[in-house]
Amino acid sequence: MTQTEKVARIDAAGIYYRDLNARLREMVNNGASQVELVNVCGQRYIGTNLNRPAEIAIYGTPGNDLGAFMDGPRITVHGNAQDGCGNTMNNGEIIVHGHAGDITGLSARGGRIFVRDDVGYRAGIHMKEYGEKKPVLVIGGTAQDFFGEYMAGGAVVLLGLNLKEGERHRAKFIGTGMHGGVIYLRGSVDSYQLGREVGGATLEEEDFNTIRKLVNEYAGYFGGDVDEIMKLPFTKLVPLYLRPYGRLYTP
Amino acid sequence: MTVKTYLPPRFVVERDPERCIKCEVCINQCSFDTHYYDWDDDEVQSRSGNCVGCHRCVVFCPTGALNIKKSPLDYRDNYNWRPEVIEDIIKQAESGGMLLTGMGNDKAHRIYWDHLVLNASQVTNPSIDPLREPMELTTYLGRKPDQVVIDSSCSLETVLAPQVRLDVPVMFAAMSYGAVSINVHESLARAATEMGTMWNTGEGGLHPTLYKYGKNTIVQVASGRFGVHAEYLGAGGIVEIKIGQGAKPGIGGHLPGEKVSAEVSSTRMIPMGTDALSPAPQHDIYSIEDLSQLIYALKEATLYEKPISVKIAAVHNAAAIASGMVRAGADIIVLDGIRGATGAAPKVIRDNVGIPIEMALAAVDTRLRQEGIRNRASVVVSGGIRNSADVAKAIALGADAVYIGTAALIALGCTVCQQCHTGKCAWGICTTDLSLTKRVNPDIGARRLANLLRGWSLEIKDMLGGLGVNALESLRGNRLHLRGVGLTDTELNILGVRAAGD
Repeated sequence: MTQTEKVARIDAAGIYYRDLNARLREMVNNGASQVELVNVCGQRYIGTNLNRPAEIAIYGTPGNDLGAFMDGPRITVHGNAQDGCGNTMNNGEIIVHGHAGDITGLSARGGRIFVRDDVGYRAGIHMKEYGEKKPVLVIGGTAQDFFGEYMAGGAVVLLGLNLKEGERHRAKFIGTGMHGGVIYLRGSVDSYQLGREVGGATLEEEDFNTIRKLVNEYAGYFGGDVDEIMKLPFTKLVPLYLRPYGRLYTP
Repeated sequence: MTVKTYLPPRFVVERDPERCIKCEVCINQCSFDTHYYDWDDDEVQSRSGNCVGCHRCVVFCPTGALNIKKSPLDYRDNYNWRPEVIEDIIKQAESGGMLLTGMGNDKAHRIYWDHLVLNASQVTNPSIDPLREPMELTTYLGRKPDQVVIDSSCSLETVLAPQVRLDVPVMFAAMSYGAVSINVHESLARAATEMGTMWNTGEGGLHPTLYKYGKNTIVQVASGRFGVHAEYLGAGGIVEIKIGQGAKPGIGGHLPGEKVSAEVSSTRMIPMGTDALSPAPQHDIYSIEDLSQLIYALKEATLYEKPISVKIAAVHNAAAIASGMVRAGADIIVLDGIRGATGAAPKVIRDNVGIPIEMALAAVDTRLRQEGIRNRASVVVSGGIRNSADVAKAIALGADAVYIGTAALIALGCTVCQQCHTGKCAWGICTTDLSLTKRVNPDIGARRLANLLRGWSLEIKDMLGGLGVNALESLRGNRLHLRGVGLTDTELNILGVRAAGD
């Protein structure tokens, strides 16, 4: 471990995840506001139990549950994130310069996740919101099935920037069980790709403002021409019912 | 189209006109709209069809004018087409839905506790008088080391995993805020604190006013992840991952929007009036390896300072699953049997899925012993524990402690009328309606719960003394203290218990 004046650095090569996280925690708790982790290779739970703002740059491939239960820091991954990125996250940011795996943003209650490329299955599942706390998940590429499943709040944006001319999002069962929040898809999807509990809605001025702001941020992190991105029409998906399963039962 | 219901009344309300003083207490107390004032006749009347048999009006009638009886209306005798079967079909024909119910399985599945008897000392070994001798009920939950190393100065070299001390091996089972009221949570929290045991938040988060009872609180993390954040995880003494529940193994839960009040919504962190949906699986857990990942995520989040518990419904392969759970890193495993209760579950699931807790406990304890990993996790059982004898028998079968849910609610006034899912509980227990929840006074509630635990503790000590042992630890997993009555060889074999007289 070498420490310059500003950026603390940990070489994670061969360090067990528990030791790595303990060191990271100690550094951040001792006031380090910028930490660089290099040679990260599969260590899990990076960012868990960090409850104050800090800039953490990860070089390599962090393991599952990156930023699980995280509350405040901003993590930038220069590489791909694995499954469970942002699991039940409360606050903070995760910026992935690459792909992210399955259940990205699972049950997030707040905070923001930006993924440059694609995400795996069930991204945005069961994200929630309450009052001011609205998690945001922005994906530059495309997503697999069950995108936004069980969503109860927050906003998810799928840009499809890496889709070729004429190529479409392939996710199916989008928004299955969704009962809150909103999904914005750049481009269109067929109705057979949607879950039964979700439907299209007209984009209002406010929606465009939200999307433009998020795309601006996305372009700030990863580059890209915002106006060019905004040219293609967006699809807005919202839950059809607040209580999708209210009529299943007999008292 | 409204269909006239073919359902006959379940109960008959009897009112003694000589005693009734028309004070209307019954009208105000009944949340099911059974009693009403008839202006024309200047009399209080009852609609028997609405009565759920909860006895709220009977207990609170100041003149004892009321009685509730099972409706004597008979169908033609038919062992196959019993009234319940007929009436379930009527309900579904009228609604087209899944039958929903509350509380635990009410079917006549064999209750093995009633077929197990405890031993006592006679002549050849003396019993111990608990009135004069100290009796130890203290139980520590958490992973125990494979071996203990003591250094030359006689201090412990082995690093112990986090342990939670219980003064009485009876904890309050997970009941979420939203399913039960805030006053119930406060009653449980205060009683657990007073008696040195734990209560469990269930999966609806922890109300800010109850964080001060954190040391005696088990905070639950379930598939809905409601109200789960760093502060919440840090508040509890134990963190429990809920995989399943005895009343509804394999399925999720839907807290209906009606019960998501302003306060419930703030604790669960979801908008008011929306259904709180807990999906059937936890979507980050599809395997033992995934379970291990969440266990260690929670250990990371709590700095490895708290035991992590994993709760499953007792199902056919419970023993193999439990082995996996222990190997995945669970410090405590909880088995909830087929009689485990719920605030709401599909009736068909509640009554037909899962196995009796006695069998699951015996099988799991045996399996973990065979594999040499029984020390690595404490075993807690729940699902129909009714009294201190059930507790003692569970301990003898191999449990470290038990959870009680229904028994605790009965202490608070519940009469097991099975209407929890309606949100209209007249006893103010399983509801978030503020006019009803105030019926549970946490001062009185905590007293009644603490009294119950005190009574059970005394009884357990008496049973231990009779066995000639002075610590619960001597009974734990000691199946020689049990004998079976009226059980088949297979049942005795699974329970690991000899027949009475053997």
